[in-house]
Amino acid sequence: MGKSPVKKIQVLFFSFFSGLDRQLGLILLGLAAVGLFTFLSASQNTPVQTTDELRNLALSFGVMWLVSRIPPKWLEMGAVWIYGIGVTLLVAVAVFGLIKKGARRWLNIGVVIQPSEIMKIAMPLMLAWYFQKREGIQKTWDYAVAGVILAIPVFLIARQPDLGTALLVFAAGLYVIILAGLPWKWILPFVGVGIVGILLIIIFGNTICAHDVTWPFVHNYQKHRICTLLDPSSDPLGKGFHTIQSMIAIGSGGFFGKGWFQGTQAHLEFIPEKHTDFVFAVFSEEFGLLGNLILLALFFALIKRGLTISASAPNLFTRLLGASVTLIFFTYAFVNIGMVSGLLPVVGVPLPFISYGGTALVTLGFGAGILMSIHRHRRLVQS
Amino acid sequence: MVSFKKPDLDSFQERIHIATLFVTFCFLILLTRLVWLQLISHGKYALLAESNRIALVPAPANRGLIIDRNGIVIGRNYSALTLDVNAEEVKGNVDQLINELSEIIDISPRDRRNFKRSLEDSRNMGTFPLRSMLNEAETARFMANRYRFPGVEIRARSFREYPYNELASHLIGYIGRVSQHDKERMQSEIENSKADDPDALQASFLPGIQYVGKIGLEQSYETVLRGVPGYDQVEITAGGKPVRTLSSSPSVPGKNVVLSVDIKLQYLVEQLYGNFRGAFVAIEPETGDVLAFVSKPNFNPNDFVEGIDALTWKELNDSPQKPLYNRPLKGIYPPGSTYKPFMALAALENKKRTPSQTISDPGYFDFGNHTFRDDKKGGHGIVDMQKSIVESCDTYYYTLARDMGVNMMHDFMKPFGFGQITGIDLQGEARGVLPSTEWKKNTFKKPEQQKWYEGETISLGIGQGYNSFTILQLAHAMANLANNGVVMKPHLVKAIEDPFTRNRVLTTPKESYRIDLSAENIEVIKKAMVEVNVSGTSATAFKGAGYVAGGKTGTAQVFSLNSKDYKHGATAEFLRDHALYIAFAPADKPTIVIAMVVENAGFGAQYAAPIARKALDYYIEGKWPKEIPEWERAP
Repeated sequence: MGKSPVKKIQVLFFSFFSGLDRQLGLILLGLAAVGLFTFLSASQNTPVQTTDELRNLALSFGVMWLVSRIPPKWLEMGAVWIYGIGVTLLVAVAVFGLIKKGARRWLNIGVVIQPSEIMKIAMPLMLAWYFQKREGIQKTWDYAVAGVILAIPVFLIARQPDLGTALLVFAAGLYVIILAGLPWKWILPFVGVGIVGILLIIIFGNTICAHDVTWPFVHNYQKHRICTLLDPSSDPLGKGFHTIQSMIAIGSGGFFGKGWFQGTQAHLEFIPEKHTDFVFAVFSEEFGLLGNLILLALFFALIKRGLTISASAPNLFTRLLGASVTLIFFTYAFVNIGMVSGLLPVVGVPLPFISYGGTALVTLGFGAGILMSIHRHRRLVQS
Repeated sequence: MVSFKKPDLDSFQERIHIATLFVTFCFLILLTRLVWLQLISHGKYALLAESNRIALVPAPANRGLIIDRNGIVIGRNYSALTLDVNAEEVKGNVDQLINELSEIIDISPRDRRNFKRSLEDSRNMGTFPLRSMLNEAETARFMANRYRFPGVEIRARSFREYPYNELASHLIGYIGRVSQHDKERMQSEIENSKADDPDALQASFLPGIQYVGKIGLEQSYETVLRGVPGYDQVEITAGGKPVRTLSSSPSVPGKNVVLSVDIKLQYLVEQLYGNFRGAFVAIEPETGDVLAFVSKPNFNPNDFVEGIDALTWKELNDSPQKPLYNRPLKGIYPPGSTYKPFMALAALENKKRTPSQTISDPGYFDFGNHTFRDDKKGGHGIVDMQKSIVESCDTYYYTLARDMGVNMMHDFMKPFGFGQITGIDLQGEARGVLPSTEWKKNTFKKPEQQKWYEGETISLGIGQGYNSFTILQLAHAMANLANNGVVMKPHLVKAIEDPFTRNRVLTTPKESYRIDLSAENIEVIKKAMVEVNVSGTSATAFKGAGYVAGGKTGTAQVFSLNSKDYKHGATAEFLRDHALYIAFAPADKPTIVIAMVVENAGFGAQYAAPIARKALDYYIEGKWPKEIPEWERAP
């Protein structure tokens, strides 16, 4: 047709981005930009290179792009396999796993992988597949089956121990089950017990945090985390140090922040894990409440958009999967900010798209890819 | 399609709405939290962040020098490389650390002990030297192994040094590490000083002071010598590593003190004493400048600066020689016959005797049922005032004491400074005893002891009995006499010198008061004292002197230095008498007076007077005795 090469590249360019949800894309770009800016400041005096971060972001984007090309139908077909492989690997971890820092989380299959990470996606896939399968003929005991599907990997991850990931995987599955229609009469009692439990811990914090008291079901270090959360000053140089210092970082940031690269808490190494799990403290210190409002707005927009995409998805599988993935993003963000600002105990949960870390970024890219795919393929399936 | 799935979809849409509400609620919680931290509590956290990052690093001030009247430096600082250990970083495993360090650097048991004691004293806060004076090889070895020892550093530190070691040790004193007691004292000093901002002072001031003067001039001129320590406001990391200096308040170096002491004269006298114990004070009567202030034996003040080791301390402390005892300042001795010129003057001024009035001395004096003996068996025959001084006739003074009574003697002697604090610029001066009926009443408890017995008056006349004074007081009294009754406060420091400009501020010699004496009477006494050196008890010692000097020998019966439990006459058997001597020269216009004691040496004329002669020869004529090694300036 005699199109100019420029035109050809243009066409190629647009076809490359075609089907990607523009809103979601812009929000993610915004988060990635915040992440990169924060990283530049937060990674000072750490061995991590800027090229590593750029590579991870590119990798995350690549995964997202690839997944967005995969029709949800394929994901549906592969769900059981992915879940099966995930559980198998978790069992393998329990048997042959590598131990680092007192936890058995890793598996050496040529490269060292962390199978629990797979479960963050595999779990909603599997449960969404299950409820899709049972659509129309859904019985009460289906929730019990779903509960078992959920419990097995969560149990395996929790005993590694990796409470943070177990919690996220559990949340991912739980979102699917609740969105699939778990009756309110079953949900509300748990909510009630949860609220009462938290209140009791807060009220009786002093008694149950006494040295000689051991808690059922939890490790001593986990008890410590909760206790230091209740009263960080009880151990200002030990367990409470991280929480206190990150709260100081956030609080000292004020409304406008101290400015990019000007955070004293961050640059004088008062903030632990400052470019990974505690990166929010660095961001808050340097960009203040104003920056936080923008960041929270971005996350809120991300979640709103994800839920909108899910709500308009063509079938139960994609709806459940999309909403669950979106709520996982929310959970990451809420737990991370809650933990860094001293509301929640310290668990290893990164801030989505902001924290440095290849694995998390790939998982998040995968999740974003699923949302993109659902959006891209909405008409195709519907018709 | 839409219709048959509607119930399902509705329920899903409903749950998405609920989820959205839940998410919104959670985000509001976060927002509230962030507003709380960043707006409402911002002030508190901003302050916490500031105090997190800023540490005050004290910068000790350079201590002022101690300089003798001729510009010879006798207390100074030097800089040396030391191995510094941060106490907080090594908490718990000090021994292991020292063992590992001693593989590459020689650490003596003494270093180890001193270091551990510093740690204990400081309650494990701060940085302390483990080894000082590292040589190049040791420094290099440590630097190569540095990574193994976090919290251990090599640093240049300023150390105090007394280049002439034992010389003038009691006078100079020494500095030592700040003790808990010192800290508390300085704290209260600061509180009492009503400084503009005592908090700021404490924060910056106290941590910067690591050494204080413990005794001697180092102690009494502490605030002058010390200067004001500065501090650096340093930004630090969470690990306490300094990153950069934000501001610094420079230290103000201490001022130099310029002594009135002639250190060469001091050296000569210390050499002349040899192994004898004793005290020697020389004063320039016109100004009150102390020219020499000798206490023998002495000690090496350098041993004390970094903390003395237990063995050396025990040796010094347990020695029967009492080398740590500041004899001229604290040792009290009966003046013996050196008291006689003052007694004679008292007699003239109180008109109890005239110069020519004579007594007949049979060699003893009976009073009540007690016989007071004269040194010379058979007596001195007919004795007038001059002869009583020249030949040191006891009987003359027994009768004089009886005629004057204790209170008249007391009232005359008091303005001369006997039994009084002279106010010299050293701490811990002893008062001694100038007896009076009043004194006895106040001192003793039982009524029968409080009463003054006439018999007690008699021996006072020859400088015995309750009389006991310091050599400093004796020298001061001699100076007052030589200065014709004009009393100048004795002082060791002549001027305070600015270390930069070398400007000197004189600690102006102030006339304290004048004793109303007749010039004629003074002349009688001085003339008699000159005769002592010509034909009297110290004539041998002063034979061939190129100047005219007045003097008076004395011999004091021995008692313990801590004379509180002194009992008359009870101690003399196992120790020889103390030899005393006082002098002034040149006789017509004295530039120097001397008071001295040579402990347990025996007769004053034989031991004390020759030392005084040589000291005067040097001071007045610049003659250096052949047997004494030449003075050498320390490198």
